[in-house]
Amino acid sequence: MKQSLRTPISLAVISLIGLWLLVASTGATTMIKTATDTDIFALPDIAINTTVSSAIAFALMVLVAAASFYFARKLNKKTPLWLILIYGFGLIYGILVWLFAGATMPISALLSGALALAVPLVFGSLAGVLSERVGIVNIAIDSQLLAGAFISALAATLSHNLYVGLIGAIIGGAIVSWVLATFAIKYVVDQIIVGVVLNVLIVGITNFFYSTLFADNVSLFNQPPRFDRILIPLLGQIPVIGPVLFNQTLIVYLMYLAVAGVWVALFKTRWGLRVRAVGEYPKAADTVGIKVFRTRYISVMIGGALAGLGGAFFTLGQVGAFGKEMTNGAGYIALAALIFGRWNPIYAAFAGLLFGFAQNLQYGLAIIGSPVPSEFLLMLPYALTAIAVAGLVGKVTGPAAAGKPYIKS
Amino acid sequence: MKLELRGITKRFGAMTANDNVNLVAEPGQIHCLLGENGAGKSTLMNVLYGLYQADGGEILLDDKIVKFAGPGDAMAAGIGMVHQHFMLIPVFTVAENVILGHEPTKFGGLLDLDAARKQVREISDRFGFEVDPDAIVGDLPVGVQQRVEIIKALMGDAQVLVFDEPTAVLTPQETDELMAIMKQLREAGKAIIFITHKLREVKEVADKITVIRLGKIVGEASPKSTANELASMMVGRAVDLDVEKGAPKLGSPTFKISGLSAWNHAGTQVLDDINLEIREGEILVIAGVQGNGQTELTEAIIGMHGRTAGSIELDGQQLIGKNVKQVLDLGVGFVPEDRTEDGLVAEFTIAENLMLDRSDRKPFAKGLSLQLAYLKKFAQEKLQQFDIRAQGIESKASQLSGGNQQKVVLARELSRELRLLVASQPTRGLDVGSIEFVHEQIVATRDSGIPVLIVATELDEATQLGDRIAVMYKGKVVGVVPATTSRSVLGQMMAGISA
Ligand SMILES: Nc1ncnc2c1ncn2[C@@H]1O[C@H](COP(=O)(O)OP(=O)(O)O)[C@@H](O)[C@H]1O
Ligand SMILES: [Mg+2]
Repeated sequence: MKQSLRTPISLAVISLIGLWLLVASTGATTMIKTATDTDIFALPDIAINTTVSSAIAFALMVLVAAASFYFARKLNKKTPLWLILIYGFGLIYGILVWLFAGATMPISALLSGALALAVPLVFGSLAGVLSERVGIVNIAIDSQLLAGAFISALAATLSHNLYVGLIGAIIGGAIVSWVLATFAIKYVVDQIIVGVVLNVLIVGITNFFYSTLFADNVSLFNQPPRFDRILIPLLGQIPVIGPVLFNQTLIVYLMYLAVAGVWVALFKTRWGLRVRAVGEYPKAADTVGIKVFRTRYISVMIGGALAGLGGAFFTLGQVGAFGKEMTNGAGYIALAALIFGRWNPIYAAFAGLLFGFAQNLQYGLAIIGSPVPSEFLLMLPYALTAIAVAGLVGKVTGPAAAGKPYIKS
Repeated sequence: MKLELRGITKRFGAMTANDNVNLVAEPGQIHCLLGENGAGKSTLMNVLYGLYQADGGEILLDDKIVKFAGPGDAMAAGIGMVHQHFMLIPVFTVAENVILGHEPTKFGGLLDLDAARKQVREISDRFGFEVDPDAIVGDLPVGVQQRVEIIKALMGDAQVLVFDEPTAVLTPQETDELMAIMKQLREAGKAIIFITHKLREVKEVADKITVIRLGKIVGEASPKSTANELASMMVGRAVDLDVEKGAPKLGSPTFKISGLSAWNHAGTQVLDDINLEIREGEILVIAGVQGNGQTELTEAIIGMHGRTAGSIELDGQQLIGKNVKQVLDLGVGFVPEDRTEDGLVAEFTIAENLMLDRSDRKPFAKGLSLQLAYLKKFAQEKLQQFDIRAQGIESKASQLSGGNQQKVVLARELSRELRLLVASQPTRGLDVGSIEFVHEQIVATRDSGIPVLIVATELDEATQLGDRIAVMYKGKVVGVVPATTSRSVLGQMMAGISA
């Protein structure tokens, strides 16, 4: 069979962005600040001419696109992933240097800000993965995040204990997802509708308590302690990425574990095989003695618990208090990350990171007063991911039974 | 292990699907359970397998009463089931499918896929299945998928094996292979329950036959009974399986295919220089193993196939280049291969389905409004004429049995002014009573002086129904022979050897 030209053609088309960067670059200089105080050794700051960097990025992209054509037509092979990663690196590098023309790009700060924004997205997308893989569509991720944020703030304030807050968040998220599961499984209500209702409901409930209870008694109910950063020796001292990844709060470390754990559980264990079987063809699972409903409840609730943890990051990891509708729609973006990540926890986590990075970039540019409209930047990662998924990944199909209730006769 | 079902009763609401059913399956025997669609065969087996709970009666294994709360219990007790609709997960590998429900694990609950592969290979080798444990099930041909189902049923050393209509989806070759497998399993001492309504198969493998009708056992039959005897027991009235048709009164060849080739979307050639002619009042059967271009041929005729070259002429009009609607408007009746997918709209009523392609014109529509009174009268008439068993014309198509769905499709297609009838496997999955009816209708269409093209995968159907038979192999017509040609010659042609 002949390889399709979809990948090379998409790469070639996206390369036009590189061309545009080159044409539109002014030749200004961008400073890249790499060093932070904890580094084992300090890297020097780098000054780059934007025209040069755009040229490099464009050249890289064109080369990879050409190689991709070569792979498809001459070798009749798929374009290898490492080539596509090089391409993506070139593209992002080109865009970043161009955006920060004439200013200083604090690379570590950009990345750690991105990670912070990505934490709830990643937890949320894991909740979505666990739920949809078992056949329950989870539009209610946002409500699970919000419940986690609210309860963790309350529980941690009342108990003066962060860990009680975390446990509260886990329980809160799990309860919301239990409601979703119950209505979807037991009462066979349309899962999208339950999800939307839950999102609105939890906003209503938390707003109500926020206004009636929290607002006037902040120190009593809404003044939780906050997690301190834990610097992991050596790993945390690697230049650039060390402080980003390994000088973080407990919740972030839990996130790393959760991503890996969900991946192993889903794809390497007996439990995961059954979860996926139930999400693909519940009747087939039933005929080999797998308890379809119980499997669905458990998987959805573990997802909810993880989303709760993601919610706790807002309050106990970042802000230090609960705020009205403080998830700011993160649950919906987590949903997008889940789909772009093809229902795979690791891919979904990377999609979450990319989206977090884009959001943070927007803030970063606002600070240096970049002329690029921030809405454009916000749009960019979604547009790029959409093109990447359509062009490079191909048709994405989720679990076959997602959204379909199982009716036992 | 000996299995006995004693007085099993199962009701769905007011309807009794199994009424005091008794059945004994002995080890080393193939016990055929024969019955029309809807007779209650699958229900009985689902009770045995723990999927349904019986309202009365008991299950005995080696004369001991057992109770199954779910399929897990039944499997643990040594019962394996090959389901009518495969219970396989298409995106999983063979090994993953086979171990599902009783997965071997290593430390910490991690799946032991190596052990799973070994188990698959063991069974596969023992019975000569040639199944690759790492293949993705959805990529496998239906016949191989079924072997995966059998491996799955055999896991955990099942002693009682149930095959629920296993041949409904198989080609003749695959069916022969399955029969051989069943005999092998019988030699291995398994007790086998084989559910079917195909009489040739029953006669080939059965040691014992039990006939079930409308939920009740009507009696046992000897494997030596004739097909007509068995069919009459099944249906409850005398049935004549032989298609009654007189010599054709041939007119002129109004339907001509010449030099027809077609390519699929990947660019592979699927039809290669097809030349055929059908005369008025003649039935031409396209025989061959499924997947040798038959689907593409019918698609090309009705204008559903995009990439074609050559010529298809009906009454001197070129069909190539016309779309489906234009082709149908020229008087082409089309009974598709997959009636639920292409022939009917499941959520529409019978009446709506009956006027589906003509809802925009007289007599069903006047201007923009539907003539509901006319539609009602028309639908009621067709219900009668085609013996469609349903609560009424307002029943949804999805609520009908396969046989009755097919009758709706036929009723619609035959109630138009036809110049050509194209029917693809018109009796696939139907019960004996419906098959008889469908055959009669097709012959009547022929006798009214219309050229008829039928795609058949069952050789019996091809030889009985056809006036001539064209055998297809790999997109080519191997040869066109009279319907009296012997089975062995036709079988060879189906393997690509021209007569
Ligand atoms: N889950 C169910 N609910 C209600 N009616 C059912 C159900 N399953 C089967 N039936 C009905 O019971 C009868 C027997 O069906 P089935 O056992 O599938 O027949 P067979 O396998 O012999 O074709 C049919 O009339 C069918 O409509
Ligand atoms: Mg059945």
